[in-house]
Amino acid sequence: MRVVLAEDLFLLRDGLVRMLEAYDFEIAAAVESGPELAKALAELRPDVAVVDVRLPPSHTDEGLQCALTARRDRPGLPVLVLSQHVEQLYARELLADGNGGIGYLLKDRVFDADQFIDAVRRVAAGGTAMDPQVISQLLSRRSVDEPMGALTPREREVMELMAQGRSNVAIAAQMVVTERAVAKHTSNIFGKLGLPVSDDDNRRVLAVLAYLDRG
Amino acid sequence: MRSAKSRARTALRSGGRAFVLSFEALAGSAVLFVLSLLSFTLIMLGLGLVTTPKLTEAVRKHADRRRLLAAKWSDIRIPTPYRPFPKDVRDGFTGQVERTTLILKDPATWRDLRWLLLDMTAGFVLLVFCWALLVYPVEGLVLAAGLWRVFEDDAYWYAFVPVDSQATGLAAAALGVVLLLGGVWASKPLLRLHFVLARSVLAPTQEELAQRIDRLTETRHEAVDTAASELRRIERDLHDGAQARLVAMGMNLGTIEALVEKDPAQAKRMLAMARASSAEALTELRDLVRGIHPPVLAERGLGDAVKALALRLPVASEVTVELSGRAEAPVESAAYFAVSEVLTNTVKHAGADRLWVDVHHSEGMLRISVTDNGRGGAAIGTGSGLGGIERRLGTFDGVLAVSSPAGGPTMVTMEIPCALS
Repeated sequence: MRVVLAEDLFLLRDGLVRMLEAYDFEIAAAVESGPELAKALAELRPDVAVVDVRLPPSHTDEGLQCALTARRDRPGLPVLVLSQHVEQLYARELLADGNGGIGYLLKDRVFDADQFIDAVRRVAAGGTAMDPQVISQLLSRRSVDEPMGALTPREREVMELMAQGRSNVAIAAQMVVTERAVAKHTSNIFGKLGLPVSDDDNRRVLAVLAYLDRG
Repeated sequence: MRSAKSRARTALRSGGRAFVLSFEALAGSAVLFVLSLLSFTLIMLGLGLVTTPKLTEAVRKHADRRRLLAAKWSDIRIPTPYRPFPKDVRDGFTGQVERTTLILKDPATWRDLRWLLLDMTAGFVLLVFCWALLVYPVEGLVLAAGLWRVFEDDAYWYAFVPVDSQATGLAAAALGVVLLLGGVWASKPLLRLHFVLARSVLAPTQEELAQRIDRLTETRHEAVDTAASELRRIERDLHDGAQARLVAMGMNLGTIEALVEKDPAQAKRMLAMARASSAEALTELRDLVRGIHPPVLAERGLGDAVKALALRLPVASEVTVELSGRAEAPVESAAYFAVSEVLTNTVKHAGADRLWVDVHHSEGMLRISVTDNGRGGAAIGTGSGLGGIERRLGTFDGVLAVSSPAGGPTMVTMEIPCALS
């Protein structure tokens, strides 16, 4: 799987390259600025891009803007955005097109190699990987709203993991319940959120989107 | 000869200008003065709310024209002291009330009114003198030339000369020449005097300037104090937080180094602790950064930073932003933290379930209003934290206004003069 990596701090870039290579990713390019990233995304057409929000030359949200532009040109281009902080505002912008293949994680998550690589793979496969911090912000904010109040504590827990982009298998493992129990919870959640039940993979993205849109 | 000619021309020009201006002074100022008084009186009836802003605008235009002429004709500069006047406060009734209040609060409004009164009296008299001294001598000359015959039976008083014969007619002519010479000599200074008189009323008083200096001194002290205590807080947070955790991490790593072969299980546990420590240090640093200069503010500017702020609130909110650029970083930062504090206050005290934030910039003024549908009753200076916001904005010459009748709704308005780039 070919990766384009954009990160301006040498140490972190180097570390990410090593880590990704150790997990059998092919680094198509490791760049350190916005213009380089834009060029790499357009020319190399990677399977997934791992992008820092803040990049030179402007050191503002150059990376994020690059990712959004690239996704307009190539809808569904998987992008995993890394940031020193996570903001709902940015999460909403990333998810806005509803195409999936989006990740938005705190840089700290890189510490846990397995989780991080899992997130990259999920995003590359068209899923989502939202940082637990974004999700908990969303859930705490919605706690006073309908229909969040209608969810049981257990369902909220499932919702939280699902919104992060975990599969039912992963959720079942983490919560130490059977997969069938998780499936029951998720269908309850979809019902309470008024999301049409279908076999569409993006239903989980829709669940997160439904929250973001309500904000 | 040449100088006499140019002198006469200057005098004539001044006289002509004074002639035109005297009508403006009498008619314009008198009408505006009466209408303004009427309009202020009618505020109680509500009608004044509609007329006052329009009328004030006319008065200011009138005064501005005089300022322009003063600079052009007599090289007298009269400063324009009006507070920035919002043209697009809001539509409808509340906008009118707000505008009228702003006008009534501006000392320049009252100064203008005093000036109108002075302009239609003393100012007018000066102008009349200015041109009459040039026109009146003509009558003396005409009398001497033969018009005196009309008054042979009944003396005609030309100034203090009773004209009824050629001799007295010549005397009148002589007086006329003297007056003319006086007029030629005096018309320019008289016109100048008129503008000096206008300046004495229209320009901000020394007292006001002194007040402003006092206020600047005060806000500077506050700014220095705030900056110093902020630095102390950051130092303390770093010292007690991230720094301590990193030290602990280093110690853990040292122990791990020693343990790794002897007791791998224990070493593993300590590694996990070290990792947790590093994560906590990061979280603390992140919070600290957010407190100094919020990331979204740095990356996107005030508009999106306020939007991001509103997203984190437990209350449904609507944010509208109209900014054509970014303000300077210190202004942005002050505005952001002020909004942040107002929002925190609202969530804590207002008991509102909806709030609206409006951020826009027009005519060199950044305006932010936060409105909620809560219970109201908020006031500046009751230990409500609003005083702190006021001080924070004061450093940038900004102002805070709170309208919060009991029962709500509360509207907090902040204004900071600044340019966007």
